[in-house]
Amino acid sequence: MRRITLWLLSTVSALVLLFSYRTSTNSAAPVVASSSPPAAAGQATYKGSVAQTRWGPVQVTVTVSGGKIVDVAVPVRPDGNHRDEEINAAALPVLRQEVLDAQSAEIDTVSGATVTSDGYRRSLQAALDAAHLS
Amino acid sequence: MTARRAWVEQIMGLPVSVHVRGADPGAAPVAEGVARVFAELRRADAVLSPYRDGSDLSRWERGELCLGDADADLARVVELCERARERTGGWFDPAGLPDPRTGRPRYDPSGLVKGWAVQRAARHLAGLDGYGWCLNAGGDVLVRTPAGGPPWRIGVEDPADPGRLLGVVPLCDGAVATSGSAHRGAHIVDPFTGRAATPVRAVTVVGPDLLWADVHATAAAARGPAALEHLAGHEALMITSSGRRLTTPGFPGRAAPLRCSPV
Repeated sequence: MRRITLWLLSTVSALVLLFSYRTSTNSAAPVVASSSPPAAAGQATYKGSVAQTRWGPVQVTVTVSGGKIVDVAVPVRPDGNHRDEEINAAALPVLRQEVLDAQSAEIDTVSGATVTSDGYRRSLQAALDAAHLS
Repeated sequence: MTARRAWVEQIMGLPVSVHVRGADPGAAPVAEGVARVFAELRRADAVLSPYRDGSDLSRWERGELCLGDADADLARVVELCERARERTGGWFDPAGLPDPRTGRPRYDPSGLVKGWAVQRAARHLAGLDGYGWCLNAGGDVLVRTPAGGPPWRIGVEDPADPGRLLGVVPLCDGAVATSGSAHRGAHIVDPFTGRAATPVRAVTVVGPDLLWADVHATAAAARGPAALEHLAGHEALMITSSGRRLTTPGFPGRAAPLRCSPV
């Protein structure tokens, strides 16, 4: 279970990075869409593109309000069978809580051992980056 | 009103992010400064990467290029590495490190190049009057705050659970570098035995500039707790392989004010 959790988190972090690169290099129109209800002024939901993984398609969204991440969601994820659903039920709240914990510590950035491959630690840094890309 | 904007690029095999805070971080001079930072880091990578066969570093090592004919940055880095070796009592040593691809021993100054290159590239942001910025290259961080601005808050990752934080370092101006085995396994080498160093899970060093914070973090990861006595004005937090948490008396540095004073 732990390993699968790690896989899901690293997938999510890779996705967050994916869309952050696209926005920062301006090589394409920003994928960012302000899809929040009009009532929540200054709130925006950043949508990653859908990535095909061996477990199925995955997509992550980060909701930002006033420069802070207020929610993390994975609206598209493998849930073809009972096992997938069980994994999602365990892993997704963990990711969401980790990102929100980092927010409540009000950190701007993360210092950690050098990352050369996709590590899920990046989900924290990438989420912090994503909150300020626009 | 202070706004904030971030840019991210993948350089030297690492995610490099730049956050800028100020009145109008979307203004053209800011974007130009950030673009120059990324361009300089890409150039440093082309000259000094141990991963590229065509880099001046690789050609010099193979004997195809002498130091005098290579890009002047190579000689600068070789000289700085020698100073780093002396200052750390030999615990930082680029000689005989395993090649990142083949594992064969070679001269690999990467442990110094990243901090040095980021520190130097940051000069392109120095002229942005009234703006603060935070550069993060693969977990090593350099920040600057204008007078009156709030300090940057740098979370220190827990090596046992990289989604969580060991603590927060508030910093107006300076650097935070972390070295350890959390993401790449045991890649820290003991220069005296040539074997993988194991005494430390992670060590975070806080200091005035990124070059030396990074060098001291790398050396301390190889040396272990004894290194905390030899940090020459730096503060550090270390998690040993048995999970013990050690800090220098002043960690995380001088108490940061709510508002930063002029540099």
